[in-house]
Amino acid sequence: MSGAGAYREYHPKWYRRPVSTYWWLTRWPYLRFILREITSVFVAFFVILTLLQIQALRQGEAAWTALVEWLRQPLVVAANLVTLSFLLFHTITFFNLAPRAMVVRLGGRKLPDVLIAGSNYGAWLVASGLVVWLVLGD
Amino acid sequence: MTKRSNEPFLWSLFSAGGVLSAMLAPVHVALFALAIPLGWVESPTQERLLGLLRHPAARIYLFLLCTLSLFHWAHRFRFTLYDGLQIKHLNEIIFAFCYGGALVGAITAGYLLWNVS
Amino acid sequence: MGGSTVPQTITLEVARYRPEQESEPSFDRFEVPFRDDWVVLDALNYIKDRQDGTLSYRWSCRMGVCGSCGMMVNGEPTLTCATFLSQYASSSAPVRVEPLSNFPVIRDLVIEMSDFMEKLKSVKAWILRDREKPVSEGEYLQTPEQLDGYKQYSMCINCMLCYAACPVYGLDPLFTGPAAIALAQRYNMDSRDEGSGERMDILSRDDGIWACTFVGECSEVCPKNVDPAGAIQRYKLSATLDWFGSILAPWSGR
Repeated sequence: MSGAGAYREYHPKWYRRPVSTYWWLTRWPYLRFILREITSVFVAFFVILTLLQIQALRQGEAAWTALVEWLRQPLVVAANLVTLSFLLFHTITFFNLAPRAMVVRLGGRKLPDVLIAGSNYGAWLVASGLVVWLVLGD
Repeated sequence: MTKRSNEPFLWSLFSAGGVLSAMLAPVHVALFALAIPLGWVESPTQERLLGLLRHPAARIYLFLLCTLSLFHWAHRFRFTLYDGLQIKHLNEIIFAFCYGGALVGAITAGYLLWNVS
Repeated sequence: MGGSTVPQTITLEVARYRPEQESEPSFDRFEVPFRDDWVVLDALNYIKDRQDGTLSYRWSCRMGVCGSCGMMVNGEPTLTCATFLSQYASSSAPVRVEPLSNFPVIRDLVIEMSDFMEKLKSVKAWILRDREKPVSEGEYLQTPEQLDGYKQYSMCINCMLCYAACPVYGLDPLFTGPAAIALAQRYNMDSRDEGSGERMDILSRDDGIWACTFVGECSEVCPKNVDPAGAIQRYKLSATLDWFGSILAPWSGR
Protein backbone atom coordinates (compact mmCIF):
# COMPACT_ATOMS: atom_id res chain seq x y z
CA MET A 1 0.00 0.00 0.00
CA SER A 2 1.46 3.36 -0.97
CA GLY A 3 0.47 6.81 -2.15
CA ALA A 4 -1.44 9.60 -0.45
CA GLY A 5 -3.80 8.13 2.12
CA ALA A 6 -3.89 4.65 0.57
CA TYR A 7 -7.30 4.70 2.10
CA ARG A 8 -9.68 1.84 1.77
CA GLU A 9 -13.15 2.62 3.01
CA TYR A 10 -13.51 1.63 6.69
CA HIS A 11 -9.83 0.57 6.76
CA PRO A 12 -7.79 3.69 7.54
CA LYS A 13 -4.04 3.39 7.15
CA TRP A 14 -2.46 3.75 10.57
CA TYR A 15 0.42 6.19 10.86
CA ARG A 16 3.47 4.86 12.67
CA ARG A 17 5.61 7.67 14.01
CA PRO A 18 9.32 6.90 13.67
CA VAL A 19 11.48 7.04 16.80
CA SER A 20 14.46 9.34 16.34
CA THR A 21 17.99 8.06 16.98
CA TYR A 22 18.24 11.09 19.27
CA TRP A 23 15.15 10.21 21.31
CA TRP A 24 17.28 10.55 24.44
CA LEU A 25 17.85 14.26 23.76
CA THR A 26 14.15 15.08 23.53
CA ARG A 27 13.47 15.08 27.28
CA TRP A 28 15.74 15.79 30.24
CA PRO A 29 14.75 12.56 32.13
CA TYR A 30 15.86 10.56 29.08
CA LEU A 31 19.22 12.36 28.93
CA ARG A 32 19.71 11.82 32.66
CA PHE A 33 19.01 8.12 32.08
CA ILE A 34 21.60 7.86 29.32
CA LEU A 35 24.17 9.67 31.49
CA ARG A 36 23.45 7.16 34.22
CA GLU A 37 24.02 4.30 31.80
CA ILE A 38 27.22 5.87 30.50
CA THR A 39 28.68 5.63 34.01
CA SER A 40 29.33 1.98 33.19
CA VAL A 41 32.05 3.08 30.76
CA PHE A 42 33.77 4.93 33.60
CA VAL A 43 33.46 1.84 35.77
CA ALA A 44 35.37 0.02 33.02
CA PHE A 45 38.00 2.81 33.06
CA PHE A 46 38.38 2.35 36.81
CA VAL A 47 39.05 -1.36 36.27
CA ILE A 48 41.65 -0.60 33.60
CA LEU A 49 43.30 1.88 35.95
CA THR A 50 43.39 -0.70 38.72
CA LEU A 51 44.90 -3.33 36.42
CA LEU A 52 47.57 -0.83 35.33
CA GLN A 53 48.38 -0.20 38.98
CA ILE A 54 48.65 -3.89 39.77
CA GLN A 55 50.92 -4.42 36.77
CA ALA A 56 53.13 -1.47 37.77
CA LEU A 57 53.43 -2.70 41.36
CA ARG A 58 54.47 -6.15 40.12
CA GLN A 59 57.10 -4.70 37.87
CA GLY A 60 58.84 -2.79 40.62
CA GLU A 61 59.73 0.66 41.89
CA ALA A 62 60.54 2.21 38.54
CA ALA A 63 57.30 1.13 36.92
CA TRP A 64 55.24 2.36 39.85
CA THR A 65 56.97 5.74 39.89
CA ALA A 66 56.41 6.05 36.15
CA LEU A 67 52.71 5.32 36.59
CA VAL A 68 52.34 7.90 39.34
CA GLU A 69 54.16 10.40 37.12
CA TRP A 70 51.78 9.65 34.28
CA LEU A 71 48.82 10.13 36.61
CA ARG A 72 50.08 13.62 37.40
CA GLN A 73 49.76 14.81 33.79
CA PRO A 74 47.07 17.53 33.62
CA LEU A 75 45.09 15.77 30.93
CA VAL A 76 45.11 12.53 32.91
CA VAL A 77 44.08 14.36 36.06
CA ALA A 78 41.21 16.00 34.18
CA ALA A 79 40.13 12.64 32.76
CA ASN A 80 40.18 11.10 36.23
CA LEU A 81 38.19 13.97 37.70
CA VAL A 82 35.54 13.32 35.06
CA THR A 83 35.76 9.62 35.84
CA LEU A 84 35.31 10.26 39.55
CA SER A 85 32.25 12.46 38.87
CA PHE A 86 30.60 9.77 36.80
CA LEU A 87 31.48 7.11 39.38
CA LEU A 88 29.86 9.22 42.10
CA PHE A 89 26.81 9.64 39.87
CA HIS A 90 26.72 5.85 39.52
CA THR A 91 26.95 5.39 43.29
CA ILE A 92 24.18 7.86 44.05
CA THR A 93 21.78 6.62 41.37
CA PHE A 94 22.44 2.97 42.19
CA PHE A 95 21.83 3.42 45.92
CA ASN A 96 18.74 5.53 45.35
CA LEU A 97 17.21 3.02 42.94
CA ALA A 98 18.17 -0.20 44.75
CA PRO A 99 15.30 0.04 47.28
CA ARG A 100 12.78 -0.11 44.42
CA ALA A 101 13.85 -3.70 43.76
CA MET A 102 13.60 -4.87 47.32
CA VAL A 103 10.59 -4.51 49.54
CA VAL A 104 11.70 -5.35 53.05
CA ARG A 105 8.87 -5.96 55.44
CA LEU A 106 9.49 -5.79 59.13
CA GLY A 107 6.66 -6.55 61.50
CA GLY A 108 4.06 -6.21 58.74
CA ARG A 109 5.20 -2.78 57.62
CA LYS A 110 7.28 -1.94 54.60
CA LEU A 111 10.64 -0.40 55.50
CA PRO A 112 10.84 3.10 54.01
CA ASP A 113 13.06 3.47 50.94
CA VAL A 114 15.18 6.09 52.65
CA LEU A 115 16.24 3.57 55.29
CA ILE A 116 17.47 1.06 52.72
CA ALA A 117 19.22 3.74 50.69
CA GLY A 118 20.65 5.14 53.93
CA SER A 119 22.14 1.83 54.93
CA ASN A 120 23.79 1.64 51.50
CA TYR A 121 25.36 5.05 52.00
CA GLY A 122 26.48 3.99 55.47
CA ALA A 123 28.12 0.87 54.09
CA TRP A 124 29.75 3.03 51.41
CA LEU A 125 31.34 5.28 54.02
CA VAL A 126 32.56 2.33 56.05
CA ALA A 127 33.99 0.54 53.00
CA SER A 128 35.71 3.69 51.73
CA GLY A 129 37.13 4.43 55.15
CA LEU A 130 38.46 0.90 55.41
CA VAL A 131 40.25 1.15 52.06
CA VAL A 132 41.83 4.48 52.98
CA TRP A 133 42.95 3.15 56.35
CA LEU A 134 44.44 -0.02 54.86
CA VAL A 135 46.28 1.78 52.06
CA LEU A 136 47.58 4.79 53.92
CA GLY A 137 48.16 3.11 57.25
CA ASP A 138 48.12 5.21 60.37
CA MET B 1 6.60 -25.12 28.78
CA THR B 2 8.70 -22.46 27.15
CA LYS B 3 12.24 -22.11 28.36
CA ARG B 4 12.81 -19.19 30.69
CA SER B 5 15.52 -16.76 29.77
CA ASN B 6 19.02 -17.08 31.25
CA GLU B 7 19.13 -13.33 31.51
CA PRO B 8 18.76 -13.56 35.35
CA PHE B 9 22.33 -14.80 35.60
CA LEU B 10 23.68 -11.83 33.64
CA TRP B 11 21.50 -9.48 35.63
CA SER B 12 22.85 -10.80 38.92
CA LEU B 13 26.41 -10.20 37.68
CA PHE B 14 25.33 -6.68 36.73
CA SER B 15 23.82 -6.11 40.17
CA ALA B 16 26.77 -7.51 42.09
CA GLY B 17 29.19 -5.51 39.97
CA GLY B 18 27.02 -2.45 40.40
CA VAL B 19 27.07 -2.71 44.19
CA LEU B 20 30.83 -3.32 44.37
CA SER B 21 31.71 -0.55 41.95
CA ALA B 22 29.28 1.85 43.66
CA MET B 23 30.84 1.13 47.04
CA LEU B 24 34.50 1.02 46.09
CA ALA B 25 35.30 2.59 42.72
CA PRO B 26 35.04 6.20 43.93
CA VAL B 27 37.49 5.74 46.81
CA HIS B 28 39.94 3.84 44.60
CA VAL B 29 39.94 6.56 41.94
CA ALA B 30 39.96 9.39 44.49
CA LEU B 31 42.87 7.81 46.35
CA PHE B 32 45.05 6.29 43.63
CA ALA B 33 44.33 8.54 40.67
CA LEU B 34 44.07 11.86 42.47
CA ALA B 35 45.06 12.08 46.14
CA ILE B 36 48.29 10.10 45.92
CA PRO B 37 49.71 11.34 42.57
CA LEU B 38 48.79 14.94 43.40
CA GLY B 39 50.26 14.69 46.88
CA TRP B 40 47.08 15.47 48.83
CA VAL B 41 48.00 12.62 51.17
CA GLU B 42 51.36 11.16 52.15
CA SER B 43 52.08 8.66 49.45
CA PRO B 44 52.50 5.05 50.60
CA THR B 45 55.68 3.47 49.29
CA GLN B 46 55.67 0.99 46.46
CA GLU B 47 57.06 -1.53 48.94
CA ARG B 48 54.12 -1.08 51.26
CA LEU B 49 51.57 -1.37 48.45
CA LEU B 50 53.26 -4.46 47.05
CA GLY B 51 53.19 -5.94 50.54
CA LEU B 52 49.46 -5.30 50.72
CA LEU B 53 49.01 -6.75 47.27
CA ARG B 54 50.79 -9.99 48.15
CA HIS B 55 48.17 -10.76 50.76
CA PRO B 56 45.75 -13.38 49.35
CA ALA B 57 42.76 -11.48 50.75
CA ALA B 58 43.80 -8.36 48.82
CA ARG B 59 44.20 -10.31 45.60
CA ILE B 60 40.82 -12.02 45.95
CA TYR B 61 39.26 -8.66 46.75
CA LEU B 62 40.80 -7.02 43.69
CA PHE B 63 39.91 -9.94 41.44
CA LEU B 64 36.26 -9.86 42.50
CA LEU B 65 36.10 -6.08 42.33
CA CYS B 66 37.58 -5.94 38.83
CA THR B 67 35.74 -8.92 37.38
CA LEU B 68 32.29 -8.04 38.66
CA SER B 69 32.72 -4.37 37.76
CA LEU B 70 33.62 -5.40 34.22
CA PHE B 71 30.51 -7.58 33.94
CA HIS B 72 28.49 -4.67 35.29
CA TRP B 73 29.88 -2.57 32.42
CA ALA B 74 29.26 -5.36 29.90
CA HIS B 75 25.56 -5.74 30.77
CA ARG B 76 24.79 -2.05 31.03
CA PHE B 77 26.74 -1.12 27.91
CA ARG B 78 25.03 -3.87 25.93
CA PHE B 79 21.61 -2.33 26.66
CA THR B 80 22.94 1.18 26.07
CA LEU B 81 23.99 0.07 22.59
CA TYR B 82 20.57 -1.54 21.99
CA ASP B 83 18.54 1.48 23.08
CA GLY B 84 20.92 4.38 22.66
CA LEU B 85 22.25 3.59 19.22
CA GLN B 86 19.37 1.36 18.15
CA ILE B 87 21.65 -1.35 16.87
CA LYS B 88 19.81 -4.23 18.46
CA HIS B 89 19.93 -6.09 15.17
CA LEU B 90 23.68 -6.47 15.74
CA ASN B 91 23.00 -8.16 19.03
CA GLU B 92 25.27 -11.15 18.54
CA ILE B 93 28.24 -8.88 17.88
CA ILE B 94 27.31 -6.64 20.79
CA PHE B 95 26.90 -9.61 23.12
CA ALA B 96 30.29 -11.01 22.13
CA PHE B 97 32.00 -7.61 22.41
CA CYS B 98 30.59 -6.83 25.83
CA TYR B 99 30.76 -10.13 27.68
CA GLY B 100 33.79 -11.24 25.70
CA GLY B 101 35.53 -8.03 26.65
CA ALA B 102 34.62 -8.51 30.29
CA LEU B 103 35.92 -12.06 30.14
CA VAL B 104 39.23 -10.88 28.65
CA GLY B 105 39.51 -8.34 31.46
CA ALA B 106 38.72 -10.96 34.06
CA ILE B 107 41.35 -13.31 32.68
CA THR B 108 43.88 -10.46 32.63
CA ALA B 109 43.08 -9.61 36.23
CA GLY B 110 43.38 -13.26 37.20
CA TYR B 111 46.72 -13.56 35.45
CA LEU B 112 48.12 -10.40 37.03
CA LEU B 113 46.92 -11.28 40.51
CA TRP B 114 47.82 -14.95 40.45
CA ASN B 115 51.52 -14.47 40.74
CA VAL B 116 52.60 -11.52 42.78
CA SER B 117 56.18 -12.10 43.86
CA MET C 1 -1.02 47.04 38.72
CA GLY C 2 1.95 45.29 37.16
CA GLY C 3 2.43 41.66 36.23
CA SER C 4 0.81 39.54 33.54
CA THR C 5 -2.87 39.83 32.90
CA VAL C 6 -4.97 36.71 32.62
CA PRO C 7 -5.27 35.83 28.93
CA GLN C 8 -8.72 35.82 27.34
CA THR C 9 -7.87 33.03 24.94
CA ILE C 10 -5.24 30.35 24.58
CA THR C 11 -3.99 28.70 21.41
CA LEU C 12 -3.85 24.96 20.93
CA GLU C 13 -1.79 23.30 18.22
CA VAL C 14 -3.54 20.00 17.67
CA ALA C 15 -2.19 17.09 15.66
CA ARG C 16 -4.47 15.98 12.85
CA TYR C 17 -4.30 12.90 10.69
CA ARG C 18 -6.92 12.28 8.06
CA PRO C 19 -5.91 9.05 6.34
CA GLU C 20 -8.52 9.52 3.61
CA GLN C 21 -6.85 12.79 2.59
CA GLU C 22 -3.23 12.68 3.64
CA SER C 23 -0.43 10.21 4.17
CA GLU C 24 1.15 12.09 7.09
CA PRO C 25 -0.08 13.93 10.16
CA SER C 26 -0.31 17.72 10.26
CA PHE C 27 -1.17 20.38 12.84
CA ASP C 28 -4.19 22.68 13.12
CA ARG C 29 -4.29 25.74 15.35
CA PHE C 30 -7.31 26.64 17.40
CA GLU C 31 -7.95 29.57 19.67
CA VAL C 32 -10.15 28.69 22.62
CA PRO C 33 -11.38 30.72 25.59
CA PHE C 34 -9.09 30.61 28.57
CA ARG C 35 -10.88 29.62 31.76
CA ASP C 36 -8.72 28.88 34.76
CA ASP C 37 -10.86 25.89 35.67
CA TRP C 38 -10.61 24.35 32.21
CA VAL C 39 -8.52 21.36 31.42
CA VAL C 40 -7.10 20.44 28.01
CA LEU C 41 -10.04 18.09 27.49
CA ASP C 42 -12.45 21.02 27.94
CA ALA C 43 -10.55 22.89 25.25
CA LEU C 44 -10.76 19.90 22.89
CA ASN C 45 -14.49 19.57 23.56
CA TYR C 46 -14.90 23.29 22.85
CA ILE C 47 -13.07 22.89 19.55
CA LYS C 48 -15.19 19.92 18.57
CA ASP C 49 -18.43 21.67 19.60
CA ARG C 50 -17.79 25.07 18.08
CA GLN C 51 -14.89 25.05 15.64
CA ASP C 52 -14.18 21.71 14.01
CA GLY C 53 -16.57 18.84 14.55
CA THR C 54 -14.29 16.45 12.70
CA LEU C 55 -11.66 16.47 15.47
CA SER C 56 -11.44 12.91 16.80
CA TYR C 57 -10.23 11.89 20.25
CA ARG C 58 -11.13 9.56 23.09
CA TRP C 59 -12.48 10.58 26.48
CA SER C 60 -15.05 9.36 28.95
CA CYS C 61 -15.21 9.96 32.68
CA ARG C 62 -13.44 13.36 32.55
CA MET C 63 -12.24 12.79 36.11
CA GLY C 64 -9.09 10.69 35.85
CA VAL C 65 -10.41 7.18 36.51
CA CYS C 66 -11.23 5.67 33.14
CA GLY C 67 -7.88 6.09 31.39
CA SER C 68 -9.37 7.03 28.01
CA CYS C 69 -8.07 10.55 27.46
CA GLY C 70 -4.31 9.99 27.50
CA MET C 71 -2.46 12.22 25.02
CA MET C 72 0.86 14.05 24.64
CA VAL C 73 0.60 17.66 25.84
CA ASN C 74 3.77 19.63 25.08
CA GLY C 75 5.64 16.37 24.73
CA GLU C 76 4.54 14.89 28.05
CA PRO C 77 2.16 11.94 28.29
CA THR C 78 -0.75 13.05 30.42
CA LEU C 79 -4.48 12.64 31.02
CA THR C 80 -6.08 15.60 29.26
CA CYS C 81 -8.90 15.63 31.82
CA ALA C 82 -6.36 16.24 34.57
CA THR C 83 -4.14 18.83 32.87
CA PHE C 84 -5.17 22.42 33.46
CA LEU C 85 -4.84 25.08 30.75
CA SER C 86 -3.65 27.47 33.43
CA GLN C 87 -0.40 25.51 33.55
CA TYR C 88 0.39 26.87 30.07
CA ALA C 89 -1.05 30.37 30.43
CA SER C 90 2.29 31.98 31.23
CA SER C 91 3.83 30.96 27.93
CA SER C 92 2.82 32.57 24.65
CA ALA C 93 3.62 29.40 22.74
CA PRO C 94 0.63 27.33 21.71
CA VAL C 95 -0.17 24.19 23.69
CA ARG C 96 0.77 21.24 21.52
CA VAL C 97 -1.60 18.29 21.73
CA GLU C 98 -0.56 15.06 20.02
CA PRO C 99 -1.66 11.45 20.13
CA LEU C 100 -0.03 9.18 22.72
CA SER C 101 3.52 8.27 21.62
CA ASN C 102 4.66 4.79 20.63
CA PHE C 103 1.27 3.72 19.28
CA PRO C 104 0.08 3.84 15.66
CA VAL C 105 -2.29 6.72 14.93
CA ILE C 106 -5.66 5.81 13.46
CA ARG C 107 -6.99 9.36 13.11
CA ASP C 108 -6.21 12.73 14.70
CA LEU C 109 -5.61 11.98 18.39
CA VAL C 110 -6.90 8.41 18.37
CA ILE C 111 -4.31 5.66 18.70
CA GLU C 112 -4.51 1.98 17.94
CA MET C 113 -4.29 0.19 21.27
CA SER C 114 -4.86 -3.48 20.50
CA ASP C 115 -1.18 -4.25 21.15
CA PHE C 116 -1.72 -3.26 24.77
CA MET C 117 -4.86 -5.38 25.00
CA GLU C 118 -2.93 -8.36 23.62
CA LYS C 119 -0.17 -7.81 26.18
CA LEU C 120 -2.74 -7.85 29.01
CA LYS C 121 -4.06 -11.16 27.75
CA SER C 122 -0.58 -12.58 27.30
CA VAL C 123 0.40 -11.96 30.93
CA LYS C 124 -2.87 -13.54 32.12
CA ALA C 125 -3.98 -10.54 34.12
CA TRP C 126 -6.66 -12.38 36.08
CA ILE C 127 -6.89 -14.77 39.04
CA LEU C 128 -5.45 -18.15 38.11
CA ARG C 129 -6.40 -21.07 40.31
CA ASP C 130 -6.19 -24.83 39.96
CA ARG C 131 -9.66 -25.09 41.40
CA GLU C 132 -12.32 -22.43 41.75
CA LYS C 133 -14.07 -22.53 45.09
CA PRO C 134 -17.80 -23.08 44.56
CA VAL C 135 -20.06 -20.44 46.06
CA SER C 136 -21.22 -22.92 48.69
CA GLU C 137 -17.71 -22.98 50.18
CA GLY C 138 -17.92 -19.29 50.91
CA GLU C 139 -15.79 -16.27 50.09
CA TYR C 140 -12.03 -16.04 49.70
CA LEU C 141 -10.84 -14.34 52.88
CA GLN C 142 -8.09 -11.75 52.66
CA THR C 143 -6.53 -9.73 55.46
CA PRO C 144 -5.76 -6.01 55.05
CA GLU C 145 -2.08 -6.96 55.04
CA GLN C 146 -2.58 -9.36 52.16
CA LEU C 147 -4.45 -6.63 50.31
CA ASP C 148 -1.56 -4.25 50.91
CA GLY C 149 0.71 -6.67 49.11
CA TYR C 150 -0.86 -5.87 45.74
CA LYS C 151 -3.19 -2.92 46.18
CA GLN C 152 -0.87 -0.36 44.63
CA TYR C 153 -0.68 -2.36 41.39
CA SER C 154 -4.47 -2.75 41.28
CA MET C 155 -4.87 1.02 40.86
CA CYS C 156 -3.86 0.86 37.20
CA ILE C 157 -6.49 2.43 34.93
CA ASN C 158 -4.96 1.14 31.71
CA CYS C 159 -4.35 4.66 30.42
CA MET C 160 -1.09 3.62 28.66
CA LEU C 161 0.77 6.82 29.58
CA CYS C 162 3.56 4.54 30.80
CA TYR C 163 3.87 2.97 27.34
CA ALA C 164 4.09 6.44 25.83
CA ALA C 165 6.86 7.35 28.26
CA CYS C 166 8.85 4.14 27.87
CA PRO C 167 11.70 4.47 25.35
CA VAL C 168 12.23 0.70 25.33
CA TYR C 169 8.65 0.16 24.16
CA GLY C 170 9.07 2.93 21.63
CA LEU C 171 12.09 1.17 20.17
CA ASP C 172 10.76 -2.38 20.48
CA PRO C 173 6.98 -2.90 20.43
CA LEU C 174 7.52 -6.54 21.37
CA PHE C 175 8.38 -5.42 24.92
CA THR C 176 5.62 -6.46 27.31
CA GLY C 177 5.65 -3.01 28.83
CA PRO C 178 5.15 -1.39 32.24
CA ALA C 179 1.40 -1.66 32.83
CA ALA C 180 1.12 -5.28 31.72
CA ILE C 181 3.97 -6.32 34.01
CA ALA C 182 2.58 -4.29 36.93
CA LEU C 183 -0.81 -5.94 36.40
CA ALA C 184 0.82 -9.37 36.26
CA GLN C 185 2.42 -8.53 39.60
CA ARG C 186 -0.97 -7.42 40.92
CA TYR C 187 -2.19 -10.95 40.41
CA ASN C 188 1.05 -12.67 41.41
CA MET C 189 0.84 -10.97 44.78
CA ASP C 190 -2.87 -11.55 45.28
CA SER C 191 -3.26 -14.23 47.96
CA ARG C 192 -6.14 -15.78 46.00
CA ASP C 193 -3.96 -16.35 42.93
CA GLU C 194 -1.97 -19.50 42.20
CA GLY C 195 -0.56 -18.50 38.83
CA SER C 196 2.84 -16.93 39.58
CA GLY C 197 4.76 -19.86 38.16
CA GLU C 198 2.81 -19.72 34.93
CA ARG C 199 3.35 -15.97 34.65
CA MET C 200 7.05 -16.34 35.39
CA ASP C 201 7.41 -18.45 32.23
CA ILE C 202 5.69 -15.73 30.24
CA LEU C 203 7.48 -12.75 31.74
CA SER C 204 11.03 -13.93 32.41
CA ARG C 205 11.86 -13.58 28.73
CA ASP C 206 14.10 -11.31 26.70
CA ASP C 207 11.18 -9.15 25.57
CA GLY C 208 9.43 -9.54 28.90
CA ILE C 209 10.93 -8.04 32.04
CA TRP C 210 14.50 -8.38 30.76
CA ALA C 211 14.10 -5.74 28.07
CA CYS C 212 13.47 -3.14 30.78
CA THR C 213 16.44 -0.93 31.63
CA PHE C 214 14.78 0.91 34.53
CA VAL C 215 14.51 4.26 32.83
CA GLY C 216 11.79 4.90 35.39
CA GLU C 217 9.73 7.34 33.34
CA CYS C 218 6.74 5.01 33.38
CA SER C 219 6.39 5.54 37.13
CA GLU C 220 6.93 9.29 36.79
CA VAL C 221 4.01 9.75 34.38
CA CYS C 222 1.61 7.31 36.01
CA PRO C 223 -1.45 9.25 37.22
CA LYS C 224 -2.28 6.61 39.81
CA ASN C 225 1.14 6.07 41.45
CA VAL C 226 1.18 2.43 40.45
CA ASP C 227 5.00 2.50 40.18
CA PRO C 228 5.33 -0.04 37.36
CA ALA C 229 9.11 0.49 37.33
CA GLY C 230 9.27 -0.74 40.92
CA ALA C 231 7.04 -3.68 40.04
CA ILE C 232 9.38 -4.68 37.23
CA GLN C 233 12.54 -4.39 39.33
CA ARG C 234 10.96 -6.48 42.07
CA TYR C 235 9.99 -9.02 39.48
CA LYS C 236 13.58 -9.12 38.15
CA LEU C 237 14.73 -9.91 41.66
CA SER C 238 12.19 -12.70 42.18
CA ALA C 239 12.84 -14.13 38.72
CA THR C 240 16.57 -14.15 39.51
CA LEU C 241 16.08 -15.85 42.88
CA ASP C 242 13.82 -18.32 41.12
CA TRP C 243 16.43 -18.93 38.43
CA PHE C 244 19.16 -19.62 41.00
CA GLY C 245 16.72 -21.82 42.86
CA SER C 246 16.06 -23.89 39.75
CA ILE C 247 19.80 -24.30 39.16
CA LEU C 248 20.75 -25.14 42.73
CA ALA C 249 17.66 -27.18 43.57
CA PRO C 250 16.28 -28.45 40.26
CA TRP C 251 14.17 -31.06 41.96
CA SER C 252 11.84 -28.50 43.52
CA GLY C 253 9.42 -28.65 40.59
CA ARG C 254 9.83 -25.38 38.64
